[in-house]
Amino acid sequence: MASIGVAAAVILYFVAQKFKVIEDPKIDLVDEALPGANCGGCGYAGCRAFAEGMVKAGTMDGFFCPVGGNELMKSIGPILGLVADEKKPQIAVLRCNGSIKNSIPKFEYDGDQTCSFTTNLTAGIGGCSYGCLGGGECVDACDFDAMYMDSETNLPVVKDNCISCNACIIACPRDILELRNRGPKDKRIFVSCINEEKGPLAKLNCTVACIGCNACVKVCKFDAIHVNNFLAYINYETCTLCRKCVDVCPTDAIHEVNFKPRVVKSASPIVKTKPSGEKQAEELAVNLTKDLPQEEKKVSEAIEKSEVKSENKANEI
Amino acid sequence: MGLLTFKLGGIHPPENKMSASAAIVELELPKIAVVPLAQHLGVPAKVQVKRGEIVKVGQLIAKGEAFISANIHSPVSGKVAKIEPRLDSSGFRRESVIIDVQGDDWDESIDLSPNIVYECNMEPDEIVKRIHDLGIVGMGGATFPSHVKYMVPEGKKVEYLIINGVECEPYLTSDHRVMLEKGEEMMIGISIMMKALKVDKAIIGIENNKGDAILNLNNIAKNFRGISVIPLKIQYPQGGEKQLIDAVLGRQVPSGKLPLEVGCIVNNVGTAYAIYEAVQKNKPLIERIVTVTGKTVGTPSNFKVRIGTPISELLQKAECDMNRTGKVINGGPMMGKSIITLDAPVTKGTSGILLIETEHSKRVPVQNCIRCGKCTTVCPMGLEPHLLSINARQGDDERSEKERIMDCIECGSCVYTCPSGRPLLDNIRLGKSNVSLMIRNRSRK
Repeated sequence: MASIGVAAAVILYFVAQKFKVIEDPKIDLVDEALPGANCGGCGYAGCRAFAEGMVKAGTMDGFFCPVGGNELMKSIGPILGLVADEKKPQIAVLRCNGSIKNSIPKFEYDGDQTCSFTTNLTAGIGGCSYGCLGGGECVDACDFDAMYMDSETNLPVVKDNCISCNACIIACPRDILELRNRGPKDKRIFVSCINEEKGPLAKLNCTVACIGCNACVKVCKFDAIHVNNFLAYINYETCTLCRKCVDVCPTDAIHEVNFKPRVVKSASPIVKTKPSGEKQAEELAVNLTKDLPQEEKKVSEAIEKSEVKSENKANEI
Repeated sequence: MGLLTFKLGGIHPPENKMSASAAIVELELPKIAVVPLAQHLGVPAKVQVKRGEIVKVGQLIAKGEAFISANIHSPVSGKVAKIEPRLDSSGFRRESVIIDVQGDDWDESIDLSPNIVYECNMEPDEIVKRIHDLGIVGMGGATFPSHVKYMVPEGKKVEYLIINGVECEPYLTSDHRVMLEKGEEMMIGISIMMKALKVDKAIIGIENNKGDAILNLNNIAKNFRGISVIPLKIQYPQGGEKQLIDAVLGRQVPSGKLPLEVGCIVNNVGTAYAIYEAVQKNKPLIERIVTVTGKTVGTPSNFKVRIGTPISELLQKAECDMNRTGKVINGGPMMGKSIITLDAPVTKGTSGILLIETEHSKRVPVQNCIRCGKCTTVCPMGLEPHLLSINARQGDDERSEKERIMDCIECGSCVYTCPSGRPLLDNIRLGKSNVSLMIRNRSRK
């Protein structure tokens, strides 16, 4: 028995010597520095794969860990003897405000609620074939507890702790979510709609749809807004956050986030585009029923809700 | 010897053919006709008319330019009011031509006389061209453009033309009424199809619950050469192309292949009638027979309806009790899809409108799979629905593809038989859409 053991040990020793894999010790160092979340936000299968890829490539261009952010990339730099490019912090943004109030359900649906299924089935209970289906697949995809479903609006909400790992964006079958720069002091302006239908059709389903009226394009002095297929898009690189477009948008499809509330002046220099009294009254009525931009919602209930949601999902499978 | 049927799986749901004895009634013209440009499988047709133009009945309004596409003709006469996206029975907004109906002014080339034309002197190529030009599609529900079926690729030989008179979906009776009332015309249509395909044998498969239709067609078939009528055992989904070939000929179509592989072409009886009208009367596909039925329908009926008529008008005519109705389904109870608006128009593929009472329109609560294997037993394609369903949910598309998920014909037998009320077909549909996306991406690379 003992002799077999000794023989096996000797054989194993030589085999191990023969097939030794020499790994760059830098990989271990970088791997240790990484957060170890294995979220895949960098585009690699996990943190180890990311470290390997970066060390083997010998450059830090195109490598970025969204969880650790710029600080982490700076600290990894000396290990490899390289300098990391600074990247602006980003956040996932929901470009749809088609809540239950804004896009009234047209029929009942009691079937499978998963977004990737319902997107092929019908336009959605609100009637918009571009908007959020409220199935919460993005929330399930989030590994960082940075999203939850708001039961009042039936829309997902991105919390401030979003690390822009891209998981929700891949999960959404309608490409509603987008990564945008967080902006100075987390201030940002974006068009909360991706409906490419003509104005009247878009309005038919949702009161806060972008109707492609070009009012924001005309008011923008920085050429940051462009309208394609009856849909405005604000380029976050060129936008200076002047908020003029927010004021002129007739459907309130442009959202501002984390700005201080405005001081209401009696003689406001900004005039709304709708002159007639009747239309203003209509607009007021619409404004009253409108939901606030999602980011302003309380976060306290969030954890509870997301837990309930994930439990439900677990039961289904 | 018992009656023929297919070998694998199958179920027998309650037939409920309430409208079987109701003769076909012609419905009056709608005030506004909404004609979607995507009524068939394949590429939507390209619109050929302008807003404000006056159109006649039977005038070409949209042209199917791609190979798998079909022409669309105006079902009514009047003025083109708008060309805009409208909700159709699919639940999506689709580009449609909206026509304000004025009078009933038919195109001169269409033969409106009631007498039956027996002789057909056209060459096979001309017949196929006529079928293409007049926008004939499969009337069974899948709306596959018919001319594609008749362009047999080189090297393939067609032995049999199989005519599908099975109508295995519960409730629906539109094909049944066509076989009873338009038997003679249908038979001429079949002989025209045989001529176009250059085959000398045609088989009409009919389920045994339509005894009167079998009798009627047997009598007429005596005057036509090469057409035989075969009664089949009542079994769902016998109307599926592959199941019908198995039932009447005992041949199995290999996975992922067309019926042409075993020398067959399958067409619906409604298509045979439409081809008769197109070839002999020069009448495009602008009308179809629609069954309106269900427990809340006052008079279950079979209507001859112009395409583009809103479904709400059919329901009104059939005296439907909408207060007790929970769901309106386009098609039969097994494969039909519930519609979200009653303004949706009748299209080339609308074979029936089924109304379900409120108490039966809700889904049953989903319980855990008990691995009883009933879904596997009844699957007519020999698949394992409960496993495919789990695969699809977990996103294992490669495994789903290996397990032949794309063979699923979405007949719904598995869901019908599941004692736990699991949404198997929902999951399989999700898997199918993911797998087909994967295959498309692969071929693009």
